Amino acid sequence: MESNERLSAPLVLEYPFTRTTGPVIGAFFTGLREKIVLGIKRQDGTVLVPPTEYDPETSETLTEMVEVGQVGQITTWTWVQEPRDQSPWDAPHALAMIKLEGADTPLLHAVLVDSPESLEVGMNVRIKWREETEGHIKDIEGFIPVEETND
Amino acid sequence: MHERQAGKMRKVAIVAAASRQEEIMLDTEVEMMIPLISEVRNKVGLDQSELGFTCSGSSDFLAGQAFSFVMTLDAVGPVPPIVESHVEMDGAWAFYETWVKFQMGVIDTAIVYSYGKPSPGSLQDVLSTQLDPYYVAPLWPDAHSVAALQARLLLEDGVVTSDQLADCAIRTGTVDNREEYFSQPIIADPLRQADCPTYADGGVAMILASEGKAEELCDRPAWITGIDHRIDSHHFGVRDLTAVPSVRLAAQKAGVHDGPIDVTELHAAYTTHDLLLRKEMGLPEIPDIPQGSYPIKADTLMASGLLRIAEAARSIWGGDANRVLAHATAGPVLQQNLVCVLEGGDN
Repeated sequence: MESNERLSAPLVLEYPFTRTTGPVIGAFFTGLREKIVLGIKRQDGTVLVPPTEYDPETSETLTEMVEVGQVGQITTWTWVQEPRDQSPWDAPHALAMIKLEGADTPLLHAVLVDSPESLEVGMNVRIKWREETEGHIKDIEGFIPVEETND
Repeated sequence: MHERQAGKMRKVAIVAAASRQEEIMLDTEVEMMIPLISEVRNKVGLDQSELGFTCSGSSDFLAGQAFSFVMTLDAVGPVPPIVESHVEMDGAWAFYETWVKFQMGVIDTAIVYSYGKPSPGSLQDVLSTQLDPYYVAPLWPDAHSVAALQARLLLEDGVVTSDQLADCAIRTGTVDNREEYFSQPIIADPLRQADCPTYADGGVAMILASEGKAEELCDRPAWITGIDHRIDSHHFGVRDLTAVPSVRLAAQKAGVHDGPIDVTELHAAYTTHDLLLRKEMGLPEIPDIPQGSYPIKADTLMASGLLRIAEAARSIWGGDANRVLAHATAGPVLQQNLVCVLEGGDN
């Protein structure tokens, strides 16, 4: 071996455990399978989306799940010109934080548009569901601008 | 007077440090750490049997193997048996654990080290795996994209301006002037290459000693007069990404504002992070004295934070500064923050 060569071997980076999603994350995923979005009420009445079993700031137990809308506003975005191999999306797309109607916290997902020129903070987008849903965050294929919904 | 400085805490100092960073290192982790660990032990003239505690920080995800730190213990020499611990975190948190061990009163000396070698694999993949496993990681956002989501909020809300980002890039040395900055293409809208880190392989080792011992080992020990670490929510949507409450609180608890700060060593891998950290800790946006080194030019996962502490100690040893602030961060977009104040003891 040349001194400037490195020994290498293939390595698959993975998390090789099976996890149960529990009563709150599980319910959220079941909702996605049914093409609805669930949040959870915090002590102060605001709605956390996506939901967790506890308040991420106060650690209080949360139990009251509520359905939120499928249209929301972009609170911030960036553009992914070259999606990585593992990305669910093959084409260039935006990654954005989107606050759904009825929710008080935004969630991260893709906005499926052709170029970043059309994007701005505050624009309205709606969920585009995959045809086959299985109870996974990727049941949401992405978000599309509200004006362009023809389905 | 602050609780952490009220005299009931044991005085602990950094008395020696050694570090190495390269963009691509061909040595194994053990080969990288042997010279660094030997160097700090030789500097203070102690062998492993004379060190009360050994604590390290590293990432199994980088090494691609569970309990990878056990192999790196070969660089220390764990036989005859040593008292040892490890954190799957930046070495700055191994440093904190060691400081706690000193406060327990069970040790007078310790060696702390950490290392990361991202070059053989994809650091972006490793960083994606630290995100929420249900809601975020399956979407595989890369670190620059996540930083960009925060950057747009900062720009939209007027917390930072594009000119401030350009000036920060100049100060950290990623570009020479504003023209060069603004001519760079945007790589993760709104961030340019000059706003984002270059990654490096590397490691750092240091020796700590308590009062009574530290003065024997070092002419001018870098005394830890304040240290604290805090964490914000892992839930992206819950956090106001234009603020970092955890670093504000850690700075307050570490007593940052109890005296003038001569040098700051911030673990800021993005220009946005540099500006936001300064704002949250009440530091001047444009420091009088530049940092010893900037992680944006060579960021080493698991070692950058401990390296900032080592750089801070070096400025004390060199006599350039008497009261310095070192900062370490972990998790996405400054989620967890450690703040440490070191003092040389001048009055």
